[in-house]
Amino acid sequence: MISVDNVSYRYSGTPKDVLTGVNLQIQDGEFVAIMGENGAGKTTLVKMFNGLIKPREGSVYVDGIDTREKSVAQLSRDVGLIFQNPDHQLFAETVAEELSFSLRNFGFDEQTIKRRVTNISTALDLEKYVDSSPFVLSGGERKRLALAAILVWDPKHIIMDEPTIGQDYLQKDRLRQFIVQLISQGKTIIIVTHDIEFVAECKPRIVLLSKGAVIADDSAPKILTNDETLAKASLVRPQIAELIHQLPISEKPPDIIDAYAAREFLLTRLLKRNETEELR
Amino acid sequence: MSLRFVEGFKFTKLDSPIHKMDPRSKFVLTTGLFITALMFTNVFALITILVLQIPLILISRTSRRWLRSMKAGVFLGAFIFAINAISGTSLILAIAFSLRFFAIMSAFSFFFMTTSPDDLGLSLDQIHVPYSISFTFTTAVRLVPTMAIDAQTVVDAQRSRGLELDKGSLMKRIRNYIPILIPLIISAIRRSVELAEALESRAFGATEHRTAIVTLKLHFVDYLTIMGTILGVALATYVYFRVPLPTLNIPIKLPRIF
Amino acid sequence: MPAISARKLTFTYAGAGTPSMENISLSIEKGEFVILTGPSGCGKTTFCRCLNGLIPNFYSGELHGDLFVDEENVSDKSTAELSKHIGFVFQNPENQLFSLTVERDVAFGLENLGVPKEEAVTRVSWAMQSTGIEDLRNKAPYELSGGQQQRAAIAGVLAMKPNIIVLDEPTSFLDPKSAEEIVGVIARLNREYKITTILVEHRLDIVSRYANRVIIMDKGNVVLDGSPPQVYDEQARLIGIGLPKVTTLFHMLRRDGFPLTTNPITVEQASEQLSRVLQR
Repeated sequence: MISVDNVSYRYSGTPKDVLTGVNLQIQDGEFVAIMGENGAGKTTLVKMFNGLIKPREGSVYVDGIDTREKSVAQLSRDVGLIFQNPDHQLFAETVAEELSFSLRNFGFDEQTIKRRVTNISTALDLEKYVDSSPFVLSGGERKRLALAAILVWDPKHIIMDEPTIGQDYLQKDRLRQFIVQLISQGKTIIIVTHDIEFVAECKPRIVLLSKGAVIADDSAPKILTNDETLAKASLVRPQIAELIHQLPISEKPPDIIDAYAAREFLLTRLLKRNETEELR
Repeated sequence: MSLRFVEGFKFTKLDSPIHKMDPRSKFVLTTGLFITALMFTNVFALITILVLQIPLILISRTSRRWLRSMKAGVFLGAFIFAINAISGTSLILAIAFSLRFFAIMSAFSFFFMTTSPDDLGLSLDQIHVPYSISFTFTTAVRLVPTMAIDAQTVVDAQRSRGLELDKGSLMKRIRNYIPILIPLIISAIRRSVELAEALESRAFGATEHRTAIVTLKLHFVDYLTIMGTILGVALATYVYFRVPLPTLNIPIKLPRIF
Repeated sequence: MPAISARKLTFTYAGAGTPSMENISLSIEKGEFVILTGPSGCGKTTFCRCLNGLIPNFYSGELHGDLFVDEENVSDKSTAELSKHIGFVFQNPENQLFSLTVERDVAFGLENLGVPKEEAVTRVSWAMQSTGIEDLRNKAPYELSGGQQQRAAIAGVLAMKPNIIVLDEPTSFLDPKSAEEIVGVIARLNREYKITTILVEHRLDIVSRYANRVIIMDKGNVVLDGSPPQVYDEQARLIGIGLPKVTTLFHMLRRDGFPLTTNPITVEQASEQLSRVLQR
């Protein structure tokens, strides 16, 4: 479990707190999206989960232990943080070396390293590149490699910072499926994002930050259909939610945000209408 | 060794009479301080040169960051003192060399904190330095904070993969910087390519005769500063050759190591 | 004559085995607002680079075919020359801002072209007004939000008075609200000044309402070309294009037997069609 207890933080040399009194609990195996406008404090918050940043006030507990009592390397063993831009981490001569990097840092033996590198390459469709340089891969492939480089040591909690930026639809869909797979394996998945449509399809729990404070913490359908809350965080409704909202019909369920749920509802509506017509 | 001392050389937009001055007059002033600092090995003269800069620092409202750069300079200053002491220079001379270092560093810190790289580029243009050179300079300065952020991100990303920069033998620690340097270099290269594409698309280098919508003009304060500096350097030269300065004699013999 | 006319345009990057773009033949009329989209690697960026001479002057390789931009044959023109006809806005706002004030940044291209000071000053003011950033004149680019930076980039290109503007995923790094605003600015410039606009985008839900034409590329070829409702059909979805969610919903409902004839590209269009079907 990751527990944020009344945390405040300010970057040195800046006048305002970037996080103010944040309280949050994420259970093992949950799927959470942290959303909010630029500068709301999202990335700062998740950097506290693996100890890169320690709170000025309050504490962050990962699996019961205060993050101040462990080093970043120790915390990273259980909390994997995938940064937005893969070019900020790729450096090795081959993809295999790149994937082995973290395992060597964590002290795995060479045999385990070989096995894990092979497994993760297969899982993420990178086997044919294992002996290539990371730098000849395309943008999308490098993003997959960055993901693989974290998953290779199998952390319990996985954090992704803006995983969908610059991705086309197919890549996003593949990512969505992959997240589903990871959740089924019991991993905690936390994504920092402002991609509403992606979130509407995945339906995680949403924690909404604005100006350093949590302004909402609820399921995706509840938050993505609440105009007031969305406006405070500079977000807009997903298209499907907006459509249902605009339909001039009565008795609409309040929290439809994706196409499948909309289809279900509309089918039942059409059937009901047909029935009433037939009855006449 | 924190990178905080870099802030003592970074320009920030502030509302002070110094910031409003033309970069050319500030450069003349800094050069004047530099020349006089090089001239003297007398401790009292060097302290005067250092102290003279304090009102300038105060007017420009950059005192806090100036202090920080001075604090960071202590390390290098002490090193200069030590090297001189070890090679058998007199104690007082070693102190003088350290002071000279501080006086010069302070002058340049003051200059860079109060002069925007853009204005600097403009002034270089106006004295007919080739545009490609002045542009390279201002872009490099503009990119320093961006690259500093990149560097921090790379360090964060690699630490998140278990890299420990503060452990291990000296060799190991040096090798640990490879996963930091390579992504940084690659990032810098990628950024340069993107910048170059954008530059091409804005007709960079299209004509020999570039126009400028802003031109720098020297004002009264600038002329005053330039005059004052020339007079100051002249005065210092006179003092150096003609006026016997009080000296400090510390009868300590330092062991010769070299 | 059309604004852009390509005939059998083919390009292979130096060192690559296969062409990134093959036999592209198309023409774009003056004043059109065209969306260019396709899965990653489809060749859309390659095509755009040919338009302003980055290919073959900046990116070497084998280029075949003819290309006329603003009635000029591009084959012997430098990017600097072409910049008077066609402007380019890139993805990352940070890497296309060159000065320490917005005003001087917008003037940058004009200064490079040697435009006399008085005219330059006028054009800069006009460009900043047209993009709504007059009040940011003296701010430094790093003080601006992502959306404001992109506006400054667009203003900088606009000031050069090109007849054609190409924008390569300009909303990639922007949050949803800023993205919508920026696309609104682009559309307004297209309408008011009749600037032929080519917008490369994945976020079709935001941009489709402004375009009169969508060109979809896949694996180096143009596969679909028409108005958005024409093009947003099943075939596009199968290629892997991220269609607006309301359009995908309609595909599903059609398969269920709903009598929906046209593909909606906005929520309003979808709502209108649906309510007619449900209330009949």
